[in-house]
Order: sequence, then structure tokens, then C-alpha cells
Amino acid sequence: MLMFLSTTFIGTALFVILFSILRTGLPHLSWEMLSEIPHGGYYFGKSGGIFNAIVGSVYLSLGSSLIAFLVGLPIAMFINIHLIRHTKFVAVIRFLLDLLWGVPSIVYGAFGFTIMVFFGMRTSLMAGIITVSLFILPIIVRAMDEVLRNVPKGLLESAKSLGSTNSEIAYVVYFKQCLPGIITAWLLAFGRAIGDAASILFTTGYTDYVPHALNEPAATLPLAIFFQLSSPIPEVRERAYAASAILIFIVLTVSVVSRILSCKYNKNKINF
Amino acid sequence: MAGKFGYLTFIVSSVWVTMIALLIAGPVCLLTAIHLTQYAKSWVLKIMAPVIDILAGLPSVIFGVWGILFVIPLLANHIGPFFGKSVSGYSILAGAIVLSIMIIPFILNILIEIFQTVPKELSEASLALGATRWQTIKFVLLKKSSAGIVSAFGLGMSRAFGETIAVLMVVGNVVHLPSGVFQPGYPLPSLIANNYGEMLSIPMYDSALMFSALLLFVIVLIFNAISRLIILRSSH
Repeated sequence: MLMFLSTTFIGTALFVILFSILRTGLPHLSWEMLSEIPHGGYYFGKSGGIFNAIVGSVYLSLGSSLIAFLVGLPIAMFINIHLIRHTKFVAVIRFLLDLLWGVPSIVYGAFGFTIMVFFGMRTSLMAGIITVSLFILPIIVRAMDEVLRNVPKGLLESAKSLGSTNSEIAYVVYFKQCLPGIITAWLLAFGRAIGDAASILFTTGYTDYVPHALNEPAATLPLAIFFQLSSPIPEVRERAYAASAILIFIVLTVSVVSRILSCKYNKNKINF
Repeated sequence: MAGKFGYLTFIVSSVWVTMIALLIAGPVCLLTAIHLTQYAKSWVLKIMAPVIDILAGLPSVIFGVWGILFVIPLLANHIGPFFGKSVSGYSILAGAIVLSIMIIPFILNILIEIFQTVPKELSEASLALGATRWQTIKFVLLKKSSAGIVSAFGLGMSRAFGETIAVLMVVGNVVHLPSGVFQPGYPLPSLIANNYGEMLSIPMYDSALMFSALLLFVIVLIFNAISRLIILRSSH
């Protein structure tokens, strides 16, 4: 009985969170908010929107998840195909990746900040992308690794017996077999990147304009919510609630899309 | 500016928030994991899996907004007066509640995974000997996976320890030694996040802040390493 209660507790917790934010946020959501950058006096309740933050967030998370994907995919493949015989070594790598996964994002932020200071960079989209991709790299590698790990050994053996090289096995055979899992891993990392605030607090900065180059600072949705929520003016706070409704929408869409995609591409899979 | 810095208040606040969050999240996770893996029909798990996933994927700033919209009014208007205190709501308890909801999906996923690796034959043998369902869970399942449970809590704890934005938004950020759960606190990650702006304008301040980041990093790393090692050891 108590167990059933705690299960329903978790279910209702999600709905309470979604409901309370959407109920407060949706009434203040408007087209102006989605499509315009902040005008003069925006932070005192005048007209404008958070287009800059939406675009900045999308740039940031697309860029960083792309970098993390390009670096992470070969790592995951290497662990699972080239190193398949060295089980001890692989266990150590996985252990270290798990440790990296557990490091709080604010530590990554502080780390990115020291690197920026070292190279004399200013807060910019570039610095944010680098920091966030460092932060999501262990996540994406471990997620892909879990998928690749479950590929049956028979597939590897038969591909090898047909004379394919390790890279061919990785990028032709395994890639096709694990495409849904890889896409899910990428979307997971994307969702993490778009939602994280602590690591970009130091590195990406904040601006009222849409960034046009990598060395410009960029606004991001989590920070827009965070800054506007600390305002004493009720109109600005209401916009923060609306902005969090937008962020929830993006995150939920990513989650649903990843589910649909992983169902769809499962058809290409060879079943054993 | 004497160039002297102390972390006592921040570490104490961090420990308070983390411990209370774990106290709330721990039993809930344990009971839910037992329910989902032992009692519930398979469609319940099918419904709960996306719920847990979405809960795990919600950005921390959303949890912070929820804390401000829901938890703080709740504390200020209902729970505080219930204990006969007038409170603003921005308190250690608010941070802990928000944090506990954040770490629930994280701990729950690990617990479910651990319970599913316990061989079915063991429970079957216990049931065949005449033990009731609950006795089987208590003496077979929990005993077999006790190391895993402890390390799952350890992982959740280190996750809670490092969480920044959501806690920062609700915990109040007052530098003092907290003496009760309704008092505001000032955890370590909030210290870094709030003060990075002045970092380079005061001498030695940047290295003090960086040291707090290092402290956070080392504590979390040690906790994670121990918990992961226990999980690895027990899965062999």
C-alpha cells in the first residue's frame, strides 16, 4: 500500500510540476514574446520578447551536442569494437566516464571559466559551446556505449568473418544496427545541453541581441528565466513563467521525438 | 579585505540540504522501486518509464521555477504556520524538497536496474519454501542488493550535492550557520554561482572561489568513486 502510494507520488509530482508551471506560464505566452528581442525597458515590464534567448539556446545546444556527438561516437565505437578483448581496460574507461558524468555542471562551468581566462577569451557562444560539450560528452558516450554494448557478439563475428575492417564494422554495421539508440543518445545530450544553466552562467554571458558570430555572447533560455525571475517587477516575473513554459515545451518535444524516432528506426534492426 | 575566507557556513548548508533531500527521496525511491519491480503489473512500469524519463530530463531551472511557484507558498502558508512559525518559505527545507524531486528519477533508475539483476530463482526458491511475498523481499531481494542500494543513495547524494540553479533559486542565500530547516541557507554551488561576477575585482577572491569549486569536485568525485566501486563489486 505504502509502495503504491509512493509510486503515485512520483507520478503526481511530475504532473504537479508541469501543471503549476504551465498554468502560470501559458496565459502570459504571446507571439510577441516568441518572435521579438527585448526592446528598451524590457526589464521594467515594457514590450519585447525572448527571441534572443530561444535562438541562443538552440545555437548553443545544437553546436555542443554536435561536437559531443562527433567526438563521442568514435569513442563509444572504439570502446565496443576495437577494445572488445581488453575487458579490464574497458571497465576502467567506463568507470572514469561514470565519474565524469557525476561531476556537477557548475564545476564544468568554473573549469571552462579558468580556460577562458587562460586564453584571454571573453564570454562568448564559443566558450559556452566548448564548456557544454565537455559537460555532455560523458553523457553521450555512456548512452551510446550502453546501446552498442547490447549488440550481440554474433554480428561482430560474422562481419569479421566476411573480411570487414574494424572501422567498417563500426560505421556501417554497428551504426545501422544501433541508429535508434544513437539518435536517442544524441537527443538526450541535446536536452541536457538546452536545460543546463550552471555551466553556461560563467561562459556564455547574456545579451539582448541575437548572436551572429561565435565570439559574441549569447542569451540562453535557462538564464533568461533565472534572471527575469529575480526581478521585483511582476510583469517581468510573469514572462519568466512563460519562458519556462517554452523550455518545458522544447524538452518535452525532444523527449517525444526521440521516442518516435527510436520506434521508427527499430525496423532496420537485425533481430537475433 | 583581510584575504581570509571560510567555508564552514556553506559546507554546513550544503550538508543540511543534501541530507534532508536524501531523507525524503530515499524511502520514496526504495518503495517505488520495490513496487515497480515486484508487485506492479507490467503496464504500470510501461507508464512509469516515460514519467521517470521526463522527470529526469526536465531542466534544473524548471525545478527552481516550480519551487518558487509551488513549494515556497506551500511552506510559507501551510507547513510553516502548522509548526507555529512565520517563515518566508525561502529555506533549507524548500531547497531540500526541490532537490529530492530532482534526484528521485536518478536514484530510482539505478534501484530498478539493481533489483532487476537479482536472479529470479532466488525469490522463487524463497517463495517455494513458504515465505510470504514481503518476507522474500525483505530477506532475499533487499539483502542481496543492499550494497547496490547504499551506492545508489551515494550517487544520488553526490548529484544533490552539486546541484546549483534549482537550489540557488529557493534556498534563500543568507550567510549564516543554519539552525533549523525553516532557515535560509547558502550551499557551496550557490556560492560559486552568485559570486563569479565579482571574481576578478577583489584580490584572492577568484582563487577562493576556485577552491570551493575544487572542494565540490573532490567531494563529489570521492562519493561517486566509492559508490561506483561498490556497484561494480556487487555485480560480479
